[in-house]
Amino acid sequence: MPANQFNNFTNYGIGIGLRATHYNHILTRKPVVDWFEIISENFMIDGGRPLHILDQIMEQYRVVQHGVSMYFGSAERANPEHMRRLKELVKRTKTPWVTDHLCWGSVDGRYTHDLLPMPYTFEAAKITAQKIREVRDFLEVPIAVENVSSYAEFHVSEMTEWEFLTEVVEDADCGILLDVNNIYVSSQNHSFNPHTYIAEIPAERVAQIHIAGHSKYRKYILDTHDHPVIDPVWKLYADAIHRAGHTATLLEWDDRIPSFDEVHDEALKANIFLAAESLATAV
Amino acid sequence: MKLLNLQRRMARAVMTPLTPSERMRPAAANGRSMRAVAAEFIKPNDRLTSFERLEIYNRQYWFRILSSFAEDFPGLRAVLGDKRFDAVAKAYFTAYPSRSFTMRNLGSKLESWLRKHPSLAGSRKNLALDMVRLEWADINAFDGKAEPALKPEDLAAADASKLRLRLQPYIHLLDLRYPVDDLLLEVRDTEDAEVASNAFDEHRRRKRVRAVARLKPSEIFLAVHRLDFSVYFRRLEREEFVILSELHKGKTLSRAIEPAFRGSSIEMEERPSHVQRWFHAWAALGWFSKQEKNSSRS
Repeated sequence: MPANQFNNFTNYGIGIGLRATHYNHILTRKPVVDWFEIISENFMIDGGRPLHILDQIMEQYRVVQHGVSMYFGSAERANPEHMRRLKELVKRTKTPWVTDHLCWGSVDGRYTHDLLPMPYTFEAAKITAQKIREVRDFLEVPIAVENVSSYAEFHVSEMTEWEFLTEVVEDADCGILLDVNNIYVSSQNHSFNPHTYIAEIPAERVAQIHIAGHSKYRKYILDTHDHPVIDPVWKLYADAIHRAGHTATLLEWDDRIPSFDEVHDEALKANIFLAAESLATAV
Repeated sequence: MKLLNLQRRMARAVMTPLTPSERMRPAAANGRSMRAVAAEFIKPNDRLTSFERLEIYNRQYWFRILSSFAEDFPGLRAVLGDKRFDAVAKAYFTAYPSRSFTMRNLGSKLESWLRKHPSLAGSRKNLALDMVRLEWADINAFDGKAEPALKPEDLAAADASKLRLRLQPYIHLLDLRYPVDDLLLEVRDTEDAEVASNAFDEHRRRKRVRAVARLKPSEIFLAVHRLDFSVYFRRLEREEFVILSELHKGKTLSRAIEPAFRGSSIEMEERPSHVQRWFHAWAALGWFSKQEKNSSRS
């Protein structure tokens, strides 16, 4: 299932997030990397150095766009200026698919710039799916939505998070960007079994997988993307590829970013699990 | 509870300013207990109350926007000092929560807001306003649009009485009461040094205070522009500034030159050579575009 309609029938391997601190290394050393994920909003601008760097990167590498502020789950309509600029960037990068989060973050035109958790209700699922369809039809590129880490749950929720994710992606007929670190973080914060989450989602819709590190506090875990991936998250990754196949995999490292080689080496650990899965399938 | 209603409630709580010790306030703006507000829509768990779970998002919101704002306006921080800068930032975001999908635009209303609330900037109001204008222009020059540039030879053949030149969209012209360009460059130097040494903090603070303290009013004219993808501050003579500003308004070349020398101390016979030299420099820097239309700028 790695190549499917939700990632435009591509077979991408292991990539890392493109970060400014690594630009010089990438452009001068030209390391072998299967693909880079870019934060769309960083390049939804009119000109200057960021777009110049992006153009140089695209001469050598494949990139996929990942957004942080479309807020599919916000009750308000999508921001037309956001959509226009996103489409402009999609045309520039020729990204095979676009991802953003299954969350909300704006209301009445005011932005929190955070990935706020959804209430797991049928009403919210319907509104979210409608917005995903609208954005996809406008962008004319497949969309996959990412499950977020959360620190709060709502009284009004009518289903589990994985049931809500399934409800949304089936109604919208879109893909899933399965973040196994976020599943782990939320499972610890809300006391559910993360393996059940992976077992219950529609695996045929997984377009891409995210792995990352996090920070543990006394009473909760925060999704900080500033550490290596821990073993329980790698186990969830093994579960995910067992169900979804060798899917495009991306390591996120956004804070206290180490050297390019350290980040890339951490991402390439995924190969161990991919090889084990291939072996198990062959036997 | 309907989705929109829940999101409005949560956003209101998340955007409420923190206490001085950076915790969620015990009471909402309407006086209601935040514990009661949180309990109405957020479930507690075996480790955290509803209030504590909501507080995670409340703190994250403020930490994120204040940190991004401080990165965008290090010069304003140097002018106001850390304490006043924090107070200004909190008051600004309370009055003007972000209305853009990108945090790049967090400072877009800062100048107009500060003009309406000058007392928040204390005795250095004019210096603070100049710095805000410069730092916002710097952000816009960094990623503003660039049109294909006119070449010097394109200008040579043109009729000055009919020629309308357009400035590149990324260029911003500023008339300032203080030489804040020097101050901002000094602040950035100290920020860079801080990265090199964690023990630099106190020294940096003292150096910043000295730099601000010795800054005297002195009118300057500035073009904030871009060359090879880096932003530069170029000081202009008053006459240069007027010509460029008039061109930006859409005046023809001859009409733009006329007001520039009103009250000018430049001798009449020297003016043509000045104009020639300026145009040569502007064209070499690629400041004129071939586009008929130009986007707005300050």
